[in-house]
Amino acid sequence: MSEFALLTLLIGALSLIAIGIGGLVLSRNLFRIVLALSLAEAGANLLLVLVGFRRDAIAPIIEQGHALTATMVDPIPQAMVLTAIVIGVGVQALALSLAIRAYVAYGTLDMNVMRSRMETDISDAAGAQPATSQHAPAGGRPLPPISAPRLAHNKGAQG
Amino acid sequence: MAWADLIILIMVVLVLAGAGAALFLENLLGAAVATALVSLGVSVFFVILRAPDVALTEAAVGAGLSGLLLALAAKRLGLWRIEVQQDSEDAGDSSC
Amino acid sequence: MLTRYGALLFAAGFAFLLFVLFTSQPLGAPTMLAGQAVLNEAAGTVGAANIVTAVVLAYRGIDTLGELSILFAAATAVGLVLGRSHGKQASGEATEPGGFILRAGSDLLFPLLLVVGFYIIVHGHLTPGGGFQGGVVLAAAFVLPVLARPSETVSHAAMAWVEGLAGTAFIATGLAALAVDHAFLAPLLGTGQLGALLSGGTLPLLYLAVGLKVGAELASLLLRMTEEESGT
Repeated sequence: MSEFALLTLLIGALSLIAIGIGGLVLSRNLFRIVLALSLAEAGANLLLVLVGFRRDAIAPIIEQGHALTATMVDPIPQAMVLTAIVIGVGVQALALSLAIRAYVAYGTLDMNVMRSRMETDISDAAGAQPATSQHAPAGGRPLPPISAPRLAHNKGAQG
Repeated sequence: MAWADLIILIMVVLVLAGAGAALFLENLLGAAVATALVSLGVSVFFVILRAPDVALTEAAVGAGLSGLLLALAAKRLGLWRIEVQQDSEDAGDSSC
Repeated sequence: MLTRYGALLFAAGFAFLLFVLFTSQPLGAPTMLAGQAVLNEAAGTVGAANIVTAVVLAYRGIDTLGELSILFAAATAVGLVLGRSHGKQASGEATEPGGFILRAGSDLLFPLLLVVGFYIIVHGHLTPGGGFQGGVVLAAAFVLPVLARPSETVSHAAMAWVEGLAGTAFIATGLAALAVDHAFLAPLLGTGQLGALLSGGTLPLLYLAVGLKVGAELASLLLRMTEEESGT
């Protein structure tokens, strides 16, 4: 394989990692974050196997009739990537199940909306006004009326 | 430029386009399919790099099982729609 | 907006760092200190024609055990997070059987997938493949009928038993090697003739345990995902 092809594959793997990290940081949707994680993982696996590649070598499998001394590519990165791929699907399943739980609890996948609803919930349980401006009751859960003396007491306790 | 180089270049461009589609598609089910497609392309790269074991794993896990997992999760997350809806109120939101 | 550009800058900078790091060495000509030693030794000491299998199960066997533990923890956590389902709802579209093509296809594919899965597992030390790949195929074989007919279920208890027994078998093989050979997970039973089905000592047994464990874990994970919401 030529130098150009190897360089193309290297740039492809690095671009996959960069796209994955960028999506991971910039996405607000939980489902898309899981997808971006999977992309970055594919790029990292490709990079590891690429590092173990050796020119004019065969796959690390001894066939009958071949000489034992044939040049082979490095088997160790391949074994590690084999492990990483299977772990990756376990991590993905766990992330997806957490996303499903969050969706059931807050009725949205958008991180910002989820954060504001979470803040409303927390301040709600504490019996105080939310820290930011009052959001509209979301997800069909109207805010319980806050009694004035309790509110005053809480504010006094916080201040 | 040899034919093999050209094929690899085209494959890399396709995989990167799939990655972009996974991040920018409005329809999240389509984005999940694009992610599985990226895994399939990467498994072809593994074959080119003389790693048949890894290629088999990536094709079975990345393109098959992970795609099924994402599809099942999308169904439970209420993202299971073939066409893009206009209102992006509940989670059908392009967020990139 | 600033964090957005900062994140993009970070991703691009990270990729550039890796690019410089990996082009400082010649591509396609790795140093391969450990790799070359493994390539020279593996056929004689372990007896597996597939050297990646030799690395996964013999040279890095504890690594594989750790991976199985991680997968077990992930599957358990998914079950914990998604909760136990208290029987399927009788109504709703989820319990309707799939279309004719899906049902006939799943009936047709179930035995084929079983055979292919066990073939891949058993020939893991000779050809590309092994416990992880074959386990995924086995999981697909058991999930497909449930996708075609959602009213049918596969018993989670049976899955847990298969998984537990396979994990126990893996560790027991390792402990037997510890007793005989004074090294955990060292290959036993001799190497046999290179390339024969019964070669590589305990490697095929270990891969069979890995395959059953991975298959049962992933199948129960996928079935957990297909189940309907219980509490809400």
